[in-house]
Amino acid sequence: MTRYLLSVYQPSTGERPPPERLARIDADLAEIHADLQAKGSWVFAGGLAGPSTATVVRAEDHEVLLTDGPFLEGKEHLGGLAIVEAEDLDEALGWARRFAEATTLPIEVQPFL
Amino acid sequence: MTIAQVFREEHGRAVAVLVRAFGDIDLAEECVQEAFATAVARWPVDGVPPAPAGWIITTARNKALDRLRRESVRDDRQAEALRLAESHSGRDPVPEEGPVLDDRLRLIFTCCHPALAPSARVALTLRLLGGLTTAEIARAFLVPEATMAQRLVRAKGKIKAARIPYRVPHDADLPERLRGVLAVVYLVFNEGYTASGGDSLVRDDLCHEAIRLGRLLVELMPDEPEAVGLLALMLLAAARREARTDGDGRLVPLPSQDRARWDAGLVAEGRDLVRACLRRGRPGPYQIQAAIQAVHTDEPTDWAQVVALYDQLLALAPTPVAALNRAVAVAEVEGPAAALALVEPLPLERLHVYHAVRADLLRRLGRFTEAADAYAAAVACTSNAAEVAFLEARRADVTAVGRRASSRP
Repeated sequence: MTRYLLSVYQPSTGERPPPERLARIDADLAEIHADLQAKGSWVFAGGLAGPSTATVVRAEDHEVLLTDGPFLEGKEHLGGLAIVEAEDLDEALGWARRFAEATTLPIEVQPFL
Repeated sequence: MTIAQVFREEHGRAVAVLVRAFGDIDLAEECVQEAFATAVARWPVDGVPPAPAGWIITTARNKALDRLRRESVRDDRQAEALRLAESHSGRDPVPEEGPVLDDRLRLIFTCCHPALAPSARVALTLRLLGGLTTAEIARAFLVPEATMAQRLVRAKGKIKAARIPYRVPHDADLPERLRGVLAVVYLVFNEGYTASGGDSLVRDDLCHEAIRLGRLLVELMPDEPEAVGLLALMLLAAARREARTDGDGRLVPLPSQDRARWDAGLVAEGRDLVRACLRRGRPGPYQIQAAIQAVHTDEPTDWAQVVALYDQLLALAPTPVAALNRAVAVAEVEGPAAALALVEPLPLERLHVYHAVRADLLRRLGRFTEAADAYAAAVACTSNAAEVAFLEARRADVTAVGRRASSRP
């Protein structure tokens, strides 16, 4: 079995979807999470608060430097992630497809070492 | 049978069997390579063994086992591969025909996995199944050898790290994945057939390799009519390959081709395959394109039938290139004016064939100045010497005719 990181990328600007649409997405995601657990593929999944809530920590010469905001500023940011356990890439891509359909956002699939 | 023939025929099979046994593409490739090197040294002295393919596979497998034992237990995965391989090896030193076929099919699906870049899929397929060297593939696709080598290393690295599976996809995914495999084979064929440049011998090799892969797919998946359709399409196109250029390497369009120079054997085989796959009643884009090619081998061509087939093709796979080809057939049925009206709006300004078709229709309508401009636009879109020569000659013709027409009182 291999672990895969599924990253959800979402646009940093533009309007938030209306509440009823968000509720629908949440319901779909809950269903995928339940299926992951039922199949024994679940490791972790969750959504992230926006990039403005991020803090970057750097260790330099025994000193710790903190900066407010995300490490990378971009048109998209990491909106959430899932870590799944899968037999092979095809199985991981199958989960990614479900996340992509539920969120209508691109999902990046990457194996852990 | 020479070593070179065995190499071409059996390389893919040997690599596929070893990938299954050891789960490692690099190891499989290297040991098959070493086995052929041993054959080059031994066969001229000892004679060619009665079962050359089995000899290569057994030799390669023993080399892999030796290597794993030497390096063993350095890494868990290798130890695991060794255990797996040793538990198999006593049982079937030369595997049976059935599973061997499956191995090659598995390898094709791995090489053509959609998580790999299209260029990497083509390169891997040619390297692992066709046994072409990295240098040969690089030459065929006009990229530096180092670039191609890097592309292959990166693709193999991804297969290993991301665990791209080594198996035939599940039924639910099979139609889509098969389309991907057929697309790779057709791309190899087209690169060889309508050369965008490069060495003509390498080009021939690509066509032969694509047809060989096409035959393999039909052999492995006899119930997939699109695989049969693709093979038929390639055979019918290859049959006309000799007649496509004249003695000076200039392009000869289909209606002016000398049919005696067509390969009658390939035409007959292609036509039989078209009939066989269409009988199944599950038409697809490759089958329809093959049927169109088959109609072109009739004398004379039934253009109304060609238009009807393009209508079917466009219903399944609406592409502007198919619409352009349909317009060419419409010109023969309804005349050049009707065809030109269909061609003009197509978004194909970057394709030389689009301009060449427009030019020909304008010429037939007596609009010579516009035709000359369109030929010039076509020349600007291609770097293929045979095509440039053909288009320049046509442009000179319409310019001369136009001048005569306008100087008439």
